[in-house]
Amino acid sequence: MKNSLNRNIPEFINGIGKIAPFTGAWNKLKKGWMDELTISPPNKAKLPHQKKLTETLKEAITKTSPKDGMTVSFHHHLRNGDFILVETIKILAELGIRNITLASSSLNDSHTELIKYIKDGTITKIWTSGIRGKLGKAISEGIMENPVIIHSHGGRVRAIHTGKIAIDLCIIAASAADEEGNATGAIGKSAFGSLGYARIDSRYSKQVIVVTDNLVEFPCFPLSIQQNFVDYVVKVASIGDPTKIASGTTRITKSPMDLRIAKLAADVIEKSGYFKNGFSFQVGAGGASLAVAKFIRKKMENKEIKGSFLLGGVTSYGVDMLNEGLFKTIFDVQSFDAEVSSSLYNNKNHIEISASLYANPYNCGCMTNKLDIVVLGALEVDVDFNVNVITGSKGYLRGASGGHCDTASGAELTVVVCPSFRGRISTINKRVDTIVTPGESVDVVVTERGICVNPNKPELAQILVKAGLNIRNIEDLQKEVEKIVGIPNPIERTDKIVALIEYRDGTAIDVVRQLKTVE
Amino acid sequence: MRQKRRTMLYIPGNNPAMLIHGGTYGADSLLLDLEDSVALEQKDSARILVKNVLKNINFYDAEVCVRINHLDTPFGIEDLKEIIPLKPDAIRYPKTETIEDLKRLVTVMEEIEDQHNILHDEIKIHIMIETALGVQNVFEIAKLCHRLDAITIGGQDLTADMNIKSTKDGSGIDLARKMIVMAAKANKIDAIDTVFVDIDDEEGLRKETEKSKNLGFTGKAVINPRQIDIVHEVYTPTEQEIRKAYKIYKEFKKKKKEGIGVFAVDGKMVDAPVIARAKYILELAHINLQEI
Repeated sequence: MKNSLNRNIPEFINGIGKIAPFTGAWNKLKKGWMDELTISPPNKAKLPHQKKLTETLKEAITKTSPKDGMTVSFHHHLRNGDFILVETIKILAELGIRNITLASSSLNDSHTELIKYIKDGTITKIWTSGIRGKLGKAISEGIMENPVIIHSHGGRVRAIHTGKIAIDLCIIAASAADEEGNATGAIGKSAFGSLGYARIDSRYSKQVIVVTDNLVEFPCFPLSIQQNFVDYVVKVASIGDPTKIASGTTRITKSPMDLRIAKLAADVIEKSGYFKNGFSFQVGAGGASLAVAKFIRKKMENKEIKGSFLLGGVTSYGVDMLNEGLFKTIFDVQSFDAEVSSSLYNNKNHIEISASLYANPYNCGCMTNKLDIVVLGALEVDVDFNVNVITGSKGYLRGASGGHCDTASGAELTVVVCPSFRGRISTINKRVDTIVTPGESVDVVVTERGICVNPNKPELAQILVKAGLNIRNIEDLQKEVEKIVGIPNPIERTDKIVALIEYRDGTAIDVVRQLKTVE
Repeated sequence: MRQKRRTMLYIPGNNPAMLIHGGTYGADSLLLDLEDSVALEQKDSARILVKNVLKNINFYDAEVCVRINHLDTPFGIEDLKEIIPLKPDAIRYPKTETIEDLKRLVTVMEEIEDQHNILHDEIKIHIMIETALGVQNVFEIAKLCHRLDAITIGGQDLTADMNIKSTKDGSGIDLARKMIVMAAKANKIDAIDTVFVDIDDEEGLRKETEKSKNLGFTGKAVINPRQIDIVHEVYTPTEQEIRKAYKIYKEFKKKKKEGIGVFAVDGKMVDAPVIARAKYILELAHINLQEI
């Protein structure tokens, strides 16, 4: 069947079930409630003063009575420095557990070893918001029987509420925790800041193990994870490599191209009508997207504009803006560098939020719904403004859906920044390889060769033209870029689906098929 | 509208990525370089590359100049033969020291232009003064021909020629800067200041650009796109300057109809030079004089 973006979606996928096609960015939400049934969180009991501490992770896992076909969940706040996810799977494999569904809020280069456990049948299903590196390559080449389900950050919460992700065991790595399982990521040698993505898991998982390398005296605070949801606590030597968990401070790019695009994007924001006292703002954590913050900061200072809140993945650059009084509050679901952790711990205006409060489409007001301006990156954009952030130019899974479609859906002004081509690969194409964020939720695409405004926002286009910005038709830009870099050979794929791209409301926005040519 | 030359971005002629993206950084003028930034063994390939880029790439609103090799080198003539038929906005000639240097360039250019039916005033000439001898002769060179449209000081080569150390305050080439500006202004052409080499020193660049502006330079050469915005900020008139210029020009149009040449705005005398300055500021600020 075809979804509303004309993408071929199967009606049924083995191992997943019946597939609902994407029907529009806000179509399902208009109803005001979710049709799918929701599951109840488990009700557990402990006897008074019952001890939760175990000697080893293996002991804790064993106590949870793991079984074949179980779902194990993780958060990705340790980023590329994560020691715990692979270690857990290794233990489960040693215990002879098979057919595991892995539900990690994202996967990255520190999880390459999972390939081995996929090949030997330990892991047979995966839910995640992103896949990169060798693991992404292997999955693209078809090592899994069942397709991976790529969800957004907000969509993951919905999937847990509906029981599509029914977590049997949740492992929460924390940089500080007490013997009861109160835990945080804000302090400790492995500090990583917000534990926003793990909260929902702790609430809905049948069993919860907190793993820390920093067991502190009771009580550990802030209570990012609360003891009433935690079954076991384990102290390990190290939860991860601190140098890969968080960078020292986030530096703005020095790339002239990224800076040029960022400046143009900041000009768009300034003139859009949304840049005014009390505006809320989110930018990505690197490249041109973060660089927009540099120019916005200057414009805010010059025009004496004060914002309301910064949202999302937070960098030290955002913390500086908070400390300078440019924004009143930071709502932090994910922290990117060491300074952010310290701010989260010390500044009452720097508030840790859960993925549900951040971006869950099915509640009475996630933060992304209150967002005025978001700046997002893209691997490619098409002439209908659809954005791909998941498959690269050779067709491999190498990115993350993350909060892309959540924030695009919520923000008043969604600005996508990208160079018009990278190397010899065009970024502005007739049709993107994979749709993650639907074009109807993208307002402006900013490239170094011009700014394209979605035809569904004619008033915005008019304002920006009047302000003297270089507004271009996206089809003209696509043709110009094609003239420079040419048309690449099409990516050849088989019929086998290796990944299903879920929109935040649970419908299928696209699928990724197995690559025919393996490198 | 007047061609702005607040910035002139150097782009090495052997760097395809920079050449392709050259027009996207917002510089007023681009200098596609076949001379100093290209190693001897790459001169031919750079020329072919620049030629193809000129044919195929859109530089949008930027002025496009090609810096050729000096005619004393084995590459100069070939550069002109290949580049002139593609009609860049200007040819920049390095190490111009005497009137004869410029005369020789013009003669060669005209010969090639005649072969390709190109009018002699289509391609402008920019010269670089980068030796003490060039500085000494700059007043004579500047008035030689109408095709000469801008003079640039080559600070690095000039300090080397003078055998002095290059300093951030540029004290050694201070006189040269002033002479070049004066020679250019005397002939109503642009003077472009030399590059600021420390690309990470934004404040240093801002200070030096302010100094250039105060000396009378029309703009500044830049070696990294990151330098463009800073130079533009310095050279872009402030809101206050624009408002004042607008008021003067509006009053000028009104008085002109009444046949009055000299008048006062806010108690200060306005005559032809003040009007010319106001006009220049409004043009820099992209304000259409017809609509005032």
